[in-house]
Amino acid sequence: MTIVSTADLLAILPELLVMAGGCLVLVLDPLTAKDRKDWLAYFSLAVLGAAFVVGYWFMGALTGSPRPAFSGLYVLDAYGAFWKLLLILVSGLVILLAKAHLKLEEIDLPEFYAFILLSLSGMMVMVSGTDLLVIYLGLELMSLSLYVMAGFKRYAPRSLEAAAKYFILGSFSSGILLYGISLLFGRTGSTTLAGIRDGIAGLPPGDPILLMAMGLLVVGFGFKVAAVPFHMWTPDVYEGSPTSVTAYMAVASKAASFAAFLRVFLEALGGIKESWRMLLVAVCIATMVLGNVVAIVQTNIKRMLAYSSIAHAGYALIGLVVADAAGTASVMLYLAIYAFMNLGAFAVVTMLRRGGLEGDEIDDFTGLARRNKWAALVMLLFMFSLAGIPPTAGFIAKFYIFMAAVGANMTGLAVIAVVFAAISAYFYLRVVMVMYMKEPGETAGTPGYDVRVVASPAAIAVLLVAALGVLILGVFPDPLIQAAQSAILPLK
Amino acid sequence: MIPLSYYMILSAIVFVTGVVGVLIRRNIIMLLLSIELMLNATNINFVAFSYYLGNIAGQVFVFFALTVAAAEVAVGLAIIIALYRGKATVNVAELNLMKW
Repeated sequence: MTIVSTADLLAILPELLVMAGGCLVLVLDPLTAKDRKDWLAYFSLAVLGAAFVVGYWFMGALTGSPRPAFSGLYVLDAYGAFWKLLLILVSGLVILLAKAHLKLEEIDLPEFYAFILLSLSGMMVMVSGTDLLVIYLGLELMSLSLYVMAGFKRYAPRSLEAAAKYFILGSFSSGILLYGISLLFGRTGSTTLAGIRDGIAGLPPGDPILLMAMGLLVVGFGFKVAAVPFHMWTPDVYEGSPTSVTAYMAVASKAASFAAFLRVFLEALGGIKESWRMLLVAVCIATMVLGNVVAIVQTNIKRMLAYSSIAHAGYALIGLVVADAAGTASVMLYLAIYAFMNLGAFAVVTMLRRGGLEGDEIDDFTGLARRNKWAALVMLLFMFSLAGIPPTAGFIAKFYIFMAAVGANMTGLAVIAVVFAAISAYFYLRVVMVMYMKEPGETAGTPGYDVRVVASPAAIAVLLVAALGVLILGVFPDPLIQAAQSAILPLK
Repeated sequence: MIPLSYYMILSAIVFVTGVVGVLIRRNIIMLLLSIELMLNATNINFVAFSYYLGNIAGQVFVFFALTVAAAEVAVGLAIIIALYRGKATVNVAELNLMKW
């Protein structure tokens, strides 16, 4: 009897490539001469390129017919392939961004690329697992790498503080998630998503232990996607971590957590949809309210983007609450577009230097249009897109989410979301206002004094991809919409 | 034979002890220990359910959970040591450079 067949191994080929690449970077690091460390970044990009090609080929070959692997613990389907391609793309952009940014921050260590690859392999496992054990392992692989990356600037107290907070709250939430999984296993006798679904069908409605397990799962995933009231770690961790890590956390880890959140709740807990829906509507509204309102009073741009990322988690949760085909597709579309605009905004932050430090205060943007009109212009584009102003992609993303809510007779939720999206324009446009309508300070102590933009080819490439993504997807969103719609989960 | 509910109550008590520990303790090492308590409460649950349901999957889960817990402690202690070197404290109340 063979436990693992060749077909199984082939099914996880992109994951294997990324994982092997990550380990290889760690091995090659001491063998590489000091002045050639850049090669490891290019090597990581090559690995991601290979994984992307394989993943793309899978996506084409798979439309409509999910292929289970490893005796039903893992699945090769269009849904997983969509997320994997997005995550690989994001990781590639973050590696490019980090290549420029780590030098500025004087933490130019190739381990960083290894951690990106390892974390990515965890995310890829997480979005394709159909067993809670596999999903949990993927989630932990992702989180453990991110804890280390948060503390990557290990002589800076803020970075250390971010790592410690992220580690404590992150492992606390995984503990809660794991307890929920254990109760689910006890009640349904299975840890596979299909087994849990069948088990729930045989239970009386309103089973208290089942409801408690569901609640614990909401808490666990709520932490990972930064939904209120489980968002406390987000601002501190986003502010303290090196900016390229923050970008990776805000984009990739959120997307992967949403992917697993959706799969677990729709496939395994679809039978008790009515119970989790009420809970998630409350979480979703609280997330939009708190994220958008608290972002208004922030003075640090990374902290503001952290609250903005909380608010965006709230919008994306609408798609989960809707829990139908349109809802799933809109979450996928939302997070794909969100990836471009958020990555772009963080990329601009990495390029801004105040003296020898990173210019991460909103004040540092004062008069940026006078100093560097291109940096100001792309920042304007990303801020417009985050606020959801047409013709940027952010508008398309919000439009589809709100349409999904209206289509499912949840107009009230859509109205609340629109109101808070309007409020969010205030703090996004404030950045645009200080960039364009104020003069940069000329004497020490005034806002915008001694700020310069350090542009490197890698960072410019990231900005170009992100800006083009935001513009092109804003005007021609059809290919992405179709890709999302053809990759939704088969709902039962 | 000991009924299943005894195990569930035991694991619930251990789990709640862990959660309360994380919420009220201020020493980061104690937080780490409390998180370990939460994970071990889960393991009690898995093994008990596995035995009563006659389903080996629960015990397999425990092996993986143990491994993950070990990896988590390794990373956590590394972070704590770096923190202690940088700030000479393991008290989370003093981690207050960034505040809302």
